[in-house]
Amino acid sequence: MKALHQFVDNNVHPLFKEGSKLEKYWPVYDGFYTFLFTPGHPADGKAHIRDGVDLKRTMNTVITALIPTLLFGMWNVGYHHFNAIGIDAIFFEQFLFGAIKVIPMVMVSYGVGLGIEFLFCVIKGHQIEEGYLVSGMLIPLIMPVDLPLWMLALSVAFAVIIGKEVFGGTGMNIFNPALLARAFAFFAYPTYMSGDKVWINTTGTEGMMAVDGFSGATALGDYATTGVSQYSALDAFIGIIPGSVGETSVIAIMLGAGLLLFTGIASWRIMLSAVVGGVVMGLIFNAVAPFALSAEQEAFMAVPFWQQLVMGGFAFGVVYMATDPVSGSQTDTGKYVYGFLIGFLSIMIRVFNPAYPEGVMLAILFMNTMAPLVDHYVIQANIKKREQRLALKTATA
Amino acid sequence: MADVLEKKEEAKDLLVDKQPKEPLFSKKNRKLLNDPLNDNNPITVQVLGICSALAITVKLYPALVMSISVLFVMAAGNVIVSLMRNFIPNRIRIIVQLVVVASLVALVDQVLKAFVYDVSKELSVFVGLIITNCIIMGRLEAFALGNTVWKSFLDGIGNAFGYAWILLAVAFFRELLGSGTLFGFQIIPDAWYLANGGFYSNNGFMLLPPMALITVGIIIWVQRARNTKLIEE
Repeated sequence: MKALHQFVDNNVHPLFKEGSKLEKYWPVYDGFYTFLFTPGHPADGKAHIRDGVDLKRTMNTVITALIPTLLFGMWNVGYHHFNAIGIDAIFFEQFLFGAIKVIPMVMVSYGVGLGIEFLFCVIKGHQIEEGYLVSGMLIPLIMPVDLPLWMLALSVAFAVIIGKEVFGGTGMNIFNPALLARAFAFFAYPTYMSGDKVWINTTGTEGMMAVDGFSGATALGDYATTGVSQYSALDAFIGIIPGSVGETSVIAIMLGAGLLLFTGIASWRIMLSAVVGGVVMGLIFNAVAPFALSAEQEAFMAVPFWQQLVMGGFAFGVVYMATDPVSGSQTDTGKYVYGFLIGFLSIMIRVFNPAYPEGVMLAILFMNTMAPLVDHYVIQANIKKREQRLALKTATA
Repeated sequence: MADVLEKKEEAKDLLVDKQPKEPLFSKKNRKLLNDPLNDNNPITVQVLGICSALAITVKLYPALVMSISVLFVMAAGNVIVSLMRNFIPNRIRIIVQLVVVASLVALVDQVLKAFVYDVSKELSVFVGLIITNCIIMGRLEAFALGNTVWKSFLDGIGNAFGYAWILLAVAFFRELLGSGTLFGFQIIPDAWYLANGGFYSNNGFMLLPPMALITVGIIIWVQRARNTKLIEE
C-alpha cells in the first residue's frame, strides 16, 4: 500500500498538478486520490484539528449499512422469481439470479450519476464531492427489479442534475436525490413503477410463464386495492414479500439502522419520531375504521398499526432517507417534528390514496420542502424564549 | 461665444418637432422587436405569464393557437391604448386597459369557438385568462401608455413573439417526450414502444405541469449560459 501511495505521489500526481497538461482533470484525479488515501490537504482556516470522519468516511459507513438490504434484496428477487415460475431452486441459485438482475442496476446508477457529477466538477473546476456515493446505492434499492435500465439511467440523470447540481451540488440540495429519482420514475413511467406486474421478474428461462394463481402485487398494493393480502406481518418483517429491491426486509434494515445509530451518523430523533408518527396515524386509522367510505378502505384502515410499519418502504424510508442530514431538519426540536410528520403522513397517504400506495416517498419529499420552515419556527421560538428570560432578569435586577 | 452656440444647437436637438423623422425600422425600433426574443424575454427574463406557459403546453397545437391569440390581443391592445394614451385619466387607467383587453379577448374567444372549436374547448378557461396575463398588462402599463402607436405596435409584436417561442419550445419537448407526437403526428415509431416489443416508453411526467416548469427552467439555464449579460452579480 505504501509503495502504491508513493508511486502515485511521484508519478501520477505531477500529471494533474497546476500548470501540467491534464490540469483540467484535477477534480477527477483528486476525487479518486482522496477516495483511496487519506487526503493531505492542510487546514486552511483557523481550525487545526480535523475529525478523521470526513464526508467520504461518512458515506462509506452509510453504504456499509446498506449492504444487508442489498444482499437480502438480491436473494429476495431470485426467491420470488423462482416461486413465480414454479421452479424449486436452492439458495445459491436464487441469490445468483437476483445478483444478475440487481448488479446491473447498481452499475447503471453509479455510472450515470458519477459520470454527470464528474462532468460538472470538471466544467466548474471544483472538487468532486462524495454525496452521490450513497444516493447511487440507494436508487437501485428503491426501484422495482423489472424497471428498464434506461429508465433508471434517466431518473438518475434527472435527480443529479435537477435535484442536485442546479442547487450547487452536494450539501445544497433541497430534496433527497434518491427519492427524487424514484419520484421521477414513478410519475414518468407509472406502469413500470406500480401495479402488480413489475415487482417480480417472471421471464422464465425456457419461455415458461407464471404459475396459476400467481399474483405479483406487493402487500401494500393488495391492501390498497382489495383490503386483504396473502402476506402476513411476519413475511413483511422478514422481507419475503415482493417490493422494491432493498425495501422489503425489516430485519436487514434494522441491521443497517443499528450501525447508523451506533456510529451516530443518522439521527435517532428522526427515526424514533417517525416511528411514533406512523404508530399514531395507524392507531387513529384503527379507531376510525368503521367510518371508512368503502369496504376495502375499512379493511386497510383496520390493519393493525404495527403491521403498517413493516409493510412497504416505510422502514427503509425512515432509516435511510428521512435521516438524510442535508434535506432534513437541522435543529433538535425540528427533527422531532420533521420525523413525526413523515411517519404520520406516510401512513395517511398510503391508506387514503390507493393510487400512491407508497406514501413514504411522497411524505419524505413533502417534509424535505417543509424542513426549513420547521427549523425557522424552532429558532424563532428559542429567540423569543431567551428574550423573555432576559426581560425577566432585567426586571428583577 | 462658441459655447453658447453649441448649447443652442443642443437645445434645438431636444425640441421634439425638430427631430428628423425616424425610419420605420430604425435601430431603436428593431430593438423593440428583438429585445423580447432574448435579452428581455417576458417569460424567461421577466418571468411573467408563467401560468399559461405551464397549463397549455402539453401539445403544440393548442400552444400555437394560444400564441396567435396572445399576439393579436397584445398588438391590438398596445395600439388601442397607445392611441388613447393622451385621453386616459391617470387614476382609472388600469380599468381602461382592462376594458380594452377584455373586449379583445372576448373577440378572440368567439373567433376560436367559431373556427377551431375543439382547440377552444381544450384551452377552455385559459383564453379568458389572457385578460389577466401579466405580460399584456405589463406592456400596456409600461410601454403603450407612454409611446407612439407604431412603437407600441412593434413592442406588442415583439413581446408576443418572445412569449410565443418559449411556449412553442416548451410544448415541443413536452409533446415529443410526453406523447411521442408533434402537432398530433406520430414521430416515435410504433415499433419502438415496449408494448410492441421495443424499448421505449413515453414519459408521463412530461404531461404534468411540474415538468413544464422544469423545462422553462432549463431554457432559462441554457439562455443564461449563452447570454452572459443576464447573469446578476
